[in-house]
This record gives sequence, C-alpha cells and structure tokens, in this order.
Amino acid sequence: MADAMPPRASLGAILAVFAALGMASFGGGLPGWMHREVVRRRRWMTEENFLAGVALGQVLPGANSVNLALYIGQQLRGWPGAMLAAFGILGPPFLVILGLALMHARYGELPGMAVVLGGVAAAGLANSLTVGLRAARRMQGLWPWAVAAVTFVAIGVLRLPMIPVVLVVIPASVALAWRARHAA
Amino acid sequence: MPLDRLIALALVFAPLSVVSLGGGPSIFAEMQRQAVEVHGWLTDESFVALFAISRAAPGPGSLIAALVGWEAAGFAGALVAAVALYLPSSLVLLAVGQWWRRRGDSPARRVIERGLAPVAVGLIFAGVLTLMRAEGVGLPEWLTLVGCTAWLMRGASPYLVMAVVAAAYAGLFRIGAMGA
Repeated sequence: MADAMPPRASLGAILAVFAALGMASFGGGLPGWMHREVVRRRRWMTEENFLAGVALGQVLPGANSVNLALYIGQQLRGWPGAMLAAFGILGPPFLVILGLALMHARYGELPGMAVVLGGVAAAGLANSLTVGLRAARRMQGLWPWAVAAVTFVAIGVLRLPMIPVVLVVIPASVALAWRARHAA
Repeated sequence: MPLDRLIALALVFAPLSVVSLGGGPSIFAEMQRQAVEVHGWLTDESFVALFAISRAAPGPGSLIAALVGWEAAGFAGALVAAVALYLPSSLVLLAVGQWWRRRGDSPARRVIERGLAPVAVGLIFAGVLTLMRAEGVGLPEWLTLVGCTAWLMRGASPYLVMAVVAAAYAGLFRIGAMGA
C-alpha cells in the first residue's frame, strides 16, 4: 500500500495544529481555518485533495468539520493521524463548552454576547467563503462553473435535499472531468 | 440509574450520528425532540440556552450533544453523548477515506478529484447562504461577510479579522447602535 502523501506531517504536529484550530474556530468556518493551515501554510496536502475531503465530509454523515479533520489526518498519516486530528479538534472545545455551561449556570447570560457572536459567525463564514472563492479561481473551462452553479442553486437557493442532488451531480461532474481530460 | 441514563444517551445519539447528513444543523431538531419531549432530560428553555452556549464556544456546533449529555448525566453523560454522536459517522468516513487513500496518485483518482472540486465549491457557497439566511442575520452581518471575505482574500490573518469583528460589534453594542 503506497502512501498517498509523503509523511511530512508528524503525528505530534497534526495534534498541535488541530488542537489550535479547534480552539480558534469561534463561530464556525472550520474548513477555512483548516485550508489555511494544511494547504496554504504547511503544504501538507494539495488543493484538489483537500477539496475532495470537503465534498466527502459534507456528503457523508457526521459533522462536516469533524469529517474533514478525520479525512486530513487519515490522508496524511492513516488511522493514527485521523484519531489525533479528531481528538485535537474536539477535545479542547469539549472541555471549554462544559466550562461555559458551568459559568452560564452560575452567572447567567452576558449582555451583548449574542450580538458579538452574530458578527463573529459572519466572519467565520467569510473564512469558508474564501476557500470556495480560491478554489473557484483555479477552475478551468466552462464545465466546473456549470457544476458549481447547479450545486449551489439546487441546494442553497432551491433548498433541495442534498443527497439526491449530489447523487446526480457528482457522477455527472466526474464524467465531465474525465471527458475534459481526454479531450485535452 | 446513571447507567440507564448513559445507555439512553448512547441510544439517542448514535442513530443521530449516521443520519446527520450535511452536519450538525440537520439533527438539532430531532436532538431537541428526543432530549426534551421524549426523555425529559431538560426543558425547552434550557435547550435554547445550551444552543446559545454551543455557539459561543469554539469548535464544531454539534458539541451541543456534550451539553445535553451533561444535563442528563454529568461528565460521563457528556462523554458518552459526544462519543455516540461522533464515532459511528467517523467510522463511515474513515472506511471511505481508507479506500480513497489506497488509490494513491492514480489517474482515476485525479479525475475524481477534479470532478469533486466544483461540487465542493457549490456546497461551500450553498452552506454559507443557508447559514446567512438563519434567524437574526441582517444587513450588518452581510456587510461583515463581504468585508471580511475581501480582507481575507488579500491574505489577512483570520485571527486578526475575527478579533477586529468581535471588537467592532462589542463597541457598536456598547454605544447602543446594535442589539436590543
């Protein structure tokens, strides 16, 4: 079994990176944080491999960000890498959230917290949007734009259920990629 | 008694794990129904409070499961709920990922990756739009989204962007320009 990636990421580094990402990701947008650390800064993974993980993580059951962490860890270092990535992204926030619940039970709600969180959540989404825009800029030819547009309109605008949509769109998109490759 | 609770928690969250297509938001409604109406672990009001706490905390929003477990059966309950929610779906993902990893750098894999990339782009945009249509999101949040995206695309650190946004919203709230 050949490794898909040279094992440049040590297990300790995977744990450290994902533990930091888990704690930094207030307001969501975790895929954006992971993209920045794993693809852009550390170059552990190619853009295409990362995007395949984004698609798989969303399509398969489970929390998207946890799925993506598992995928990255597994592609880099197999099962131990996956375990450490998932532990890193879940462990510290798990303790923080219990601490917050204790504080909430004791002191009640902080005024203005909801307002600030609304803004932070929008900034977190900007992080995700950035990943999408960067990936879109790399798309060559007309067909990837058509696939992205159909996916976005069907799921985001028309609110169609995701699974039937991707069951149609993914095979069509792979067929188009195959054709584009053989036409070139 | 506590053991009964832990088993009940596992039986609620493990099935939710395998049906949580598209992530956390798809199962919040059923989680609320099970925890509040079926099992009576907490009241409707405290579920709403837990939801707010899970949004205020770092990490995935689905960690609200740990809070429900905490309310039902303390620390052990939080642990059981989190493991039950994440383990089954993780095993599915790892099985697919293992197969994927074995493809190595084959031409077939590269074609599939090129086909998945635009789907991922569409899913990312759709996810952002869905969350921006949630309750309580208004013009300020849309402006924040556009501004932050432009700033991040120019290479700004997301840590800096988040800190500036949090400070700006806190300031606007303070002077009474935002929030009730």
